[in-house]
Amino acid sequence: MELLSGGDMLVRALQDEGVDLIFGYPGGSALHIYDAIFRQKSIKHVLVRHEQGATHAADGYARATGNTGVVLVTSGPGATNAITGIATAYMDSIPMVVISGQVPSEKIGEDAFQETDMVGCSRPIVKHSFLVKKAEDIPEVVKKAFYIAATGRPGPVVIDIPKDVTNPVDRYPYQYPEKLRMRSYTPAGKGHAGQIRKAVALLLSAKRPVIYAGGGVIQGDGSELLTELAQRLNFPVTNTLMGLGAYPGTDKRFLGMLGMHGTFEANTAMHHADVILAVGARFDDRVTNTPNKFCPGAKVIHIDVDPASISKTITADVPIVGTVQSVLGEMLEMLKSSKEMPDQSAIVDWWRQIDDWRERHGLYTAPRYRTDGDMIMPQEVISAVHKITGGDAFVTSDVGQHQMFAAQYYLFDKPRRWINSGGLGTMGFGLPAALGVKMAHPDSEVVCVTGEGSIQMCIQELSTATQYNLPVKILCLNNQALGMVKQWQEMQYEGRLSNSVYEESLPDFIALAEAYGHLGMKIEHRDELHGKLAEAFAIKDRTVFIDVYVDPTEHVYPMQVMPSGSMRDMWLSKTERT
Amino acid sequence: MRRIISVLMENEPGALSRVVGLFSQRGYNIESLTVAPTEDATLSRLTLTTIGDDHKIEQITKNLNKLIDVVKLVDLTEGSHIERELLLVKVRATGAQRDEVKRSVDIFRGQIVDVTSNMYTVQVSGTSEKLDAFLQALGEHTIMETVRSGVSGIARGEKILSI
Repeated sequence: MELLSGGDMLVRALQDEGVDLIFGYPGGSALHIYDAIFRQKSIKHVLVRHEQGATHAADGYARATGNTGVVLVTSGPGATNAITGIATAYMDSIPMVVISGQVPSEKIGEDAFQETDMVGCSRPIVKHSFLVKKAEDIPEVVKKAFYIAATGRPGPVVIDIPKDVTNPVDRYPYQYPEKLRMRSYTPAGKGHAGQIRKAVALLLSAKRPVIYAGGGVIQGDGSELLTELAQRLNFPVTNTLMGLGAYPGTDKRFLGMLGMHGTFEANTAMHHADVILAVGARFDDRVTNTPNKFCPGAKVIHIDVDPASISKTITADVPIVGTVQSVLGEMLEMLKSSKEMPDQSAIVDWWRQIDDWRERHGLYTAPRYRTDGDMIMPQEVISAVHKITGGDAFVTSDVGQHQMFAAQYYLFDKPRRWINSGGLGTMGFGLPAALGVKMAHPDSEVVCVTGEGSIQMCIQELSTATQYNLPVKILCLNNQALGMVKQWQEMQYEGRLSNSVYEESLPDFIALAEAYGHLGMKIEHRDELHGKLAEAFAIKDRTVFIDVYVDPTEHVYPMQVMPSGSMRDMWLSKTERT
Repeated sequence: MRRIISVLMENEPGALSRVVGLFSQRGYNIESLTVAPTEDATLSRLTLTTIGDDHKIEQITKNLNKLIDVVKLVDLTEGSHIERELLLVKVRATGAQRDEVKRSVDIFRGQIVDVTSNMYTVQVSGTSEKLDAFLQALGEHTIMETVRSGVSGIARGEKILSI
């Protein structure tokens, strides 16, 4: 058997696991590993400018491909800088393996230079973690880490490796395990057949059904089956923020996003539904509004791979634990073989009602924002970009108003195209995530929708884009304030804008982008919007920072009434309420 | 309602901190906790008592099951079970008190395991309720120090928790 040092073993194990891309940042405790990376060819390492950027880039890569993202950082500050990105991946169930260097074993606990208890720090935000005690354990730990990260409800796994374990002098026999035996970990597979039968019967009895599909459908590669099911039954579909693209956004059965900034038709249909089929969604508080007022007349079928997500906030009438693929597949089989259909006249009436809601306040039946004047409206920018990119770009986003406008107005027809931090709401996510996506899909259009607040949280990654020639579009909806914070302050704090404005301190983003070697473009007037956007998107070989000055007074609507509102209680504009 | 949850988990470093961390992270209470290796040295048996309604207990057991180190668990309070806790207490015992304390110890079927001229060290085992009752019977003024092991439990009959 081949003898390898711990550092070489780690790199070889990653190769054997099929890893070809790592995002990371070197430092003392990781140097043996970095040397092993230098001495091989098959894994490409992308040097970011901050460890948070490494985790978001790996996360973006994972969301866009379905593969596990891999991060390598050093101990201490390297590890703690990665924490925000690990938490982001954890909240959105993204498969990721984070390898952190650690101080040498004999120094652990002595407050050594750049020592931090990474396993302890990351414990609440990882699916699992390992502290590697000896080099011989590396192959099995790597195998387990990738298996745990990608199966069941996916999530980040940390491997913390003390420096002595990767020491180049000591060599050990290397063999990558072919199989794993883990008695304490058995991810859910098929759903309970009896429960699935009950669910199908309930769907067939529905008169006012809604399919509510979340990020689990995308993570579980269930979009095609979901689409087939919805079209077969002619049921309306709404997607969560994380689920956008799970069902084609331009299909007539799509009601738009639901929840806090969901469409009027999606939220109202949910409220009046008699049967809700929740698939890979977790009844997040940003979806349900007040739980005890949630969809009073609805029977809930809940399919999820994670039993702990079922009946956590909303009690499921028909809980089904299993993978989205297997459960939806079995449902479709049953429907096909029984040839039964729901009461068609009831479904037609339901659609008539939904179409009426759409006509009255829907986001897609008429523009619900100002369409005259010189001021550029943020919604219009997103719609224009949707048109220019043929609705087929990978869109990453940061967090705030721009994120909601992107979610509402870029109608995603395919899964894995919409990449945003839904659960944790991490500002700074968008740009590094876009770089990760671009690494995975170098020939595709990748747009980072951001704001002048969020972009400054990871703006250093502009330098990474330069080094690796990653031509993404950065679309900054510049409203010269922390827009969502300001919106809440205007709505709930009588307009006291506490620390949400910058007082003339914003940088010249064009000059900044150019300083990093990119192109910058400023758009200030409505009549130049479409022309300049077309010009920017025609550039394929450079990173372009498009700084669009939008109406700073605009709010995101609809917005559910909080606290204590139901799904259907919404502000539709600054003056109009349901 | 008070529950006794018994967990079989990998005897790995960090496993206990994951269980304890889960409780603080999700805002669950731990009333008592005991843990020790089993006859199979790769496994530890952890018993914890917690208080919550059915919904909360269901979430606790689901989230415990999600921990990679947890192999199996059972809510012992769902069926008939035996629970035991060990109490060691140092009681001031001088003069007439010596006989009185000894009588209480006998009534509760405890044992005096150490003696000085001023005090007894008493050992009592049983349900937590019984230990509470014993301490109450002693009266606070005579107690100098107590230490309780936390609850251990096992199901009655042929039901076993093993892999």
